Amino acid sequence: MRARRSREPILWALFGGGGMMAALFLPVLLGVLLVAAPMGWIELVAFADLQVLVRNPLVRLGLFGLVFLSFFHWAHRFRYTLYDGLQLSHLNELIAILTYGVATALSLTAGYLLWSIG
Amino acid sequence: MSDTVTMEVLRYRPEEETEPTYESFEVPVQPEWMILDGLNHIKDQLDGSLSYRWACRMGVCGSCGMLVNGRPVLTCATYMESLLPGPIRVEPLRGFPVIRDLVGDITDFMGKLAAVKPYIVREEEKPVEEGEYLQTPEELAEYKQYSMCINCMLCYSACPIYRIEPDFIGPAAIALAQRYNLDSRDEGAQERMDVLSQHAGIWGCTLVGECSEVCPKDVDPAGAIQRYKVSATVDFFKSVLMPWRKE
Repeated sequence: MRARRSREPILWALFGGGGMMAALFLPVLLGVLLVAAPMGWIELVAFADLQVLVRNPLVRLGLFGLVFLSFFHWAHRFRYTLYDGLQLSHLNELIAILTYGVATALSLTAGYLLWSIG
Repeated sequence: MSDTVTMEVLRYRPEEETEPTYESFEVPVQPEWMILDGLNHIKDQLDGSLSYRWACRMGVCGSCGMLVNGRPVLTCATYMESLLPGPIRVEPLRGFPVIRDLVGDITDFMGKLAAVKPYIVREEEKPVEEGEYLQTPEELAEYKQYSMCINCMLCYSACPIYRIEPDFIGPAAIALAQRYNLDSRDEGAQERMDVLSQHAGIWGCTLVGECSEVCPKDVDPAGAIQRYKVSATVDFFKSVLMPWRKE
């Protein structure tokens, strides 16, 4: 018999993917943009040059992946924090709609912003 | 070393009292005595009515799990000397309804254990004359760690999810399901997946990890659950992307 079509494998895969992205790539981005550049260890290219970089579809896709998975990582973790931590399991459906809904809305916004960078 | 230690033991005698109470006993401290030896001293010398489970006193039978100073342990494997000067508080395992004194009702666990079919499932048994099912040392190593589980239920007592969500199938049952799933002779993985892929199966777990902390046999149920989540996710995406594949 096939495993029941629970939505959990999808959500858990997004959660796991987000954890991996946040662990591997966010520190690099933050390190470069918020530490190394302000400290003058590296010379950051001009904002206009960054825009050129982001025009590359692969860079856009990568950034979108990072943002989208990180939001879903947050959503899944926060859903269980409310569900178990605050013992709101009776509000499971509402919590799921709110957390994944917020993650979806923010991801769409981020996607729109990335795609509209000229 | 002090000569005696106070053991505060939770008592509950339903015919006498409506609420559990603590009773203190002065117990001699002898070299290499375990908490269980202290309980046996109480039962033999001080109060024969004290009820608790134990059998092998060597960390194999899994009967003597209790909360000692709030922590789930095997009382036969916990040195009294390590908890001096005391007092040493002994309570029944958390998460199980108390029947009497230190004895909890484990019916729920027994049902969950049976639900994951903790035995080798074969679609077809081969005839005896064809001989044994052979296994390489590598195949044995795949599941051996999970086969060390003695069903002591310390992991259930440590698991905060089990206390919040009584339907959660729990650490040991999932680790035992993995023990058989990873056994090269077994063919029951899909049947177990049907039980474990529910929310009350593996997905209830949020990787608190206390189960693996308290496990006296280093089974690492938390690790087993995480591995199972990966298998269940792969299984799910396979069934979505390749609906024609043989089930």
